[in-house]
Amino acid sequence: MLRIRGLVKRYRTGDVALKGIDLDVPDGQVMALIGPSGAGKSTVIRCINRLVEPTAGTVTLNDIEITTLGRGELRRARRRMGMIFQEYALVERLSVMENVLSGRLGTIGFWKSFFRKFPQSDIDEAFRLLARVGLDHMADKRADELSGGQRQRVGICRALIQDPELLLVDEPTASLDPKTSRQIMRLIKELCAERKLSAIINIHDVMLAQMFAERIVGLQLGEIVYDGPPNNLTADVLTKIYGEEDWSATIRKVDDEAAEAEADEVIPLELPLPSRDRMAGLT
Amino acid sequence: MSIAATSPRRWKKPPMIQRAWLRWSLALGAAIYLALALGTTEVNWTRVWEGLPRGVKFFSAFFPPDFVSRWSEIAEGIEESLWMTVISTVIGIALSIPVGIGAAKNIAPAPVYYFCRGILAVSRSFQEVILAIFFVKLFGFGPFAGCVTLAFATIGFYGKLLAEDIEDMDPGQAEAVRATGAGWLQWINYGVQPQVMPRMIGLGLYRFDINFRESAVVGIVGGGGIGATLNTAFDRYEFDSAAAILLVIIAIVMVVEYSSGYLRRWVQ
Repeated sequence: MLRIRGLVKRYRTGDVALKGIDLDVPDGQVMALIGPSGAGKSTVIRCINRLVEPTAGTVTLNDIEITTLGRGELRRARRRMGMIFQEYALVERLSVMENVLSGRLGTIGFWKSFFRKFPQSDIDEAFRLLARVGLDHMADKRADELSGGQRQRVGICRALIQDPELLLVDEPTASLDPKTSRQIMRLIKELCAERKLSAIINIHDVMLAQMFAERIVGLQLGEIVYDGPPNNLTADVLTKIYGEEDWSATIRKVDDEAAEAEADEVIPLELPLPSRDRMAGLT
Repeated sequence: MSIAATSPRRWKKPPMIQRAWLRWSLALGAAIYLALALGTTEVNWTRVWEGLPRGVKFFSAFFPPDFVSRWSEIAEGIEESLWMTVISTVIGIALSIPVGIGAAKNIAPAPVYYFCRGILAVSRSFQEVILAIFFVKLFGFGPFAGCVTLAFATIGFYGKLLAEDIEDMDPGQAEAVRATGAGWLQWINYGVQPQVMPRMIGLGLYRFDINFRESAVVGIVGGGGIGATLNTAFDRYEFDSAAAILLVIIAIVMVVEYSSGYLRRWVQ
């Protein structure tokens, strides 16, 4: 259970990114955080694992207050939170395997990690996760040889090998094409269900959020303006979050999309990748 | 077209300096300064003319280069220069890694940053010959002073470029490693090092190349190596042997240059 109380972030420039956020995420819930650019979505996520230091307020994950931890304790707390990034943020010149194993860095000493001597259990788990996302044959490829969708799946493996209690997901689909975006979102949803993992997913795409999240939180100028189930997102609500716009197309599509999503649920993750997919990843 | 009656809207690239008077006075000032500077440089054309045949005589004394009569000294000098180069490059790079990491603004705290930048500034502000004169006074004649000189100069060169490469890295990749709960050294090893490694290997080879050439120069002021041999040859007016030394230096520099270029392509 993640509990956020009165979270405020004021940047040194004086910009107030968050104006006192209160939010509870129960175990096993996949929550989407939507809102316009600059609403503070990324800041919320980064305040939870303190990549950004909050100005005020508390963040508590399963009874440990993260906001007051010292450096060593913070490192230990970060191990319990997996993070997935917008531009994948894989270390491009490391191999796929090294990238996945870097999720275990918090658990082993420096010299062991320096000589890449990870425990066999970690290596087994890495291969298992890579196989789960259909990339175990790519283990020794360099990360920059992969397509966008493949990279994001490696990013997901890196987050999951931490065996986290919470997933922090920052715009996972922003650099992906629509089909790959859906596959990635579906994968995240499935993996969360398999592991009873809760997740906070920042996402631009309202339709994707509605399709894959069980709860939607709308953020506008550092304040929560909507918190509820996906099918309560009406035109009025979207206007409140994003401002005046014709939302009819977005809302109407939701039902079609849901039906379509169900329909292509049977399609497996593209395993042997056709060259078309590699091209898509080059963007 | 029916709208041809209105004159086309013109566009020109805006000048770099907006104010016209400032732009023109800067240009004029630069031109005047250049003219004055040229006027004050005295060129004694008769002396240049008289110097030409002397130069020709000097160069003709180089030919034919004599590799044979001083070969054992040349070989010894080259060998000394080569190990000076290897040792000073390795030690210099080893020392410049912590300094370079400390001098990268995005990962070092302010006091460490300024301290390391200070070391780099000192190392970079003196040319190798000046450093060599200082270290020869300190440690006496010989290759040790030369090694210290080259290692110290390497810190300034390599540390600064390492710091700048770290400052240019992609923060996203480093942030992702930090988010896994990695320790500081692990973070450097996984998040930062892979990003800067290929360029740093290339620069290391380039610095090896520079250090070999500089080892010839520092030898002239007493730092040992092939430079000492070259200096002796000049002192004895053995220009044919000096020519042989210069040719050997050129050959080695070319070999190092070619092989480092090949290695760099392989690393990328």
